[in-house]
Amino acid sequence: MNMKNTKLTQEEIIETTKTFLSEEFEVDENSILPDNNLKETLDLDSLDYVDLVVVIEENFGIKLTGEDFKEIVTFLDFYELVEAKL
Amino acid sequence: MNQRVVITGIGIYSCLGNNLQEVRDSLYNGKSGIGIDEARKEFGYRSPLTGLIETPDLKPFLSRRARVGMGQPAIFAYTSTREALGQAGLDIDFLENNETGIIFGNDSTAEAVIETVDKARLKKDTTLIGSGAIFQNMNCTVNMNLSTIFKLKGVNFTLSAACASGSHSIGMAYLLIKHGYQNRVVCGGAQEVNIYTMGSFDGLGVFSVREDDPTAASRPFDRDRDGLIPSGGAATVILESYESAVKRGANILAEIIGYGFSSNGDHISNPNLDGQTRSLNMALSQAKIDAEEIDYINAHATSTPVGDSTEAQAILEVLGDKVPVSSTKSMTGHECWMAGASEIVYSLLMMQNDFIAPNINFENPDEHSAKINIINQTKQQKINCFLSNSFGFGGTNSTLIIRKVS
Repeated sequence: MNMKNTKLTQEEIIETTKTFLSEEFEVDENSILPDNNLKETLDLDSLDYVDLVVVIEENFGIKLTGEDFKEIVTFLDFYELVEAKL
Repeated sequence: MNQRVVITGIGIYSCLGNNLQEVRDSLYNGKSGIGIDEARKEFGYRSPLTGLIETPDLKPFLSRRARVGMGQPAIFAYTSTREALGQAGLDIDFLENNETGIIFGNDSTAEAVIETVDKARLKKDTTLIGSGAIFQNMNCTVNMNLSTIFKLKGVNFTLSAACASGSHSIGMAYLLIKHGYQNRVVCGGAQEVNIYTMGSFDGLGVFSVREDDPTAASRPFDRDRDGLIPSGGAATVILESYESAVKRGANILAEIIGYGFSSNGDHISNPNLDGQTRSLNMALSQAKIDAEEIDYINAHATSTPVGDSTEAQAILEVLGDKVPVSSTKSMTGHECWMAGASEIVYSLLMMQNDFIAPNINFENPDEHSAKINIINQTKQQKINCFLSNSFGFGGTNSTLIIRKVS
């Protein structure tokens, strides 16, 4: 699915994100909440960030960089970044 | 230092079964694991025949992080190693605190490499290949993954020696333990089974095309053979010093008493009688036994005319015409990088259960196979000592001799 150039609402971004992140990182969908810490919830190590970039590109058609992730602490930060990049 | 080297655990995942019990039954019943993979024809293969094996799902056993770097060789090898460690009574707590090495045989990661390159070509961005690819692509994929998963802290390298990889991995671990450098080593062989890995081998025209009767297609030593059949999976053999095994109260399955090796220094794909006999003689001399003490020979014989004939001549020359011989490749097909390890597992299962598995499809001998004692029906017989040959492209030869511990 490639949603670049498609205007998504934040609710749609949240729903899509929940689905692909829970599938990729094998975590409970219900743990993906706006105020939760993204790194801790998904149990990410340095290698996992590469796979995070891959699934974001596959699902939203945008490629994030290491610099982008420096600003992301919570899922809400992530949703806002995606919204801005789309 | 000269330590005795024993085997305390074995595991298997092959086209004959997903565990030791299933494989033992298949061996006893002379059941073939060969079938047809239609995708190979569409891909341009001359032969669609292959050992039939599924890739197991490791999700119940391993985290996502552990699994993303595992392609087929590592997945197969994890499965056989889990079984072998269980049989040896070795858990992760023990392995983490007691230095244990790993030398695994593997010689390709074709599927993982091709999928990676396809992805890179499509995306034109290497980041989008993903984090697991590098660990699936490298030929040491089994070692990298299993040493991490099982917390192995001893020697750690992959042995790549074509179709003798699995056998040399056991031989090399045997030498390290014998001379006191290691007390315990996980060895074995893995072989991927997919359309990418065997295409170039098929292209040489050496695979059987007996599509109308797949289970009769692999016929080592038989006059009417028309080529080998590729196969795969993984086999694990846990080697340990005798003292270490006794100290921890392990069940000792058998002892390795000889490892012979040689290189032909000749043609890249054709076998060579001198190279094979040197390997056999070296193993016998190291074992300090006479040929008469060998109760069973698990032949390398792959079902190609030149390979089988050369081995039959080598066996006759070094071991005579009386020793029972069978090639389990008649049932499994050629398990290539894995074969030297799987055939040790198959032979140990025969040793444990007092039978010789048949060389199925051996109906009519040729000039050379007529002169050795090939067993084509399951034979009840005690095996105290057996010998296993493995010969690979590039002229690499390996012979192991294994005996019961009295």
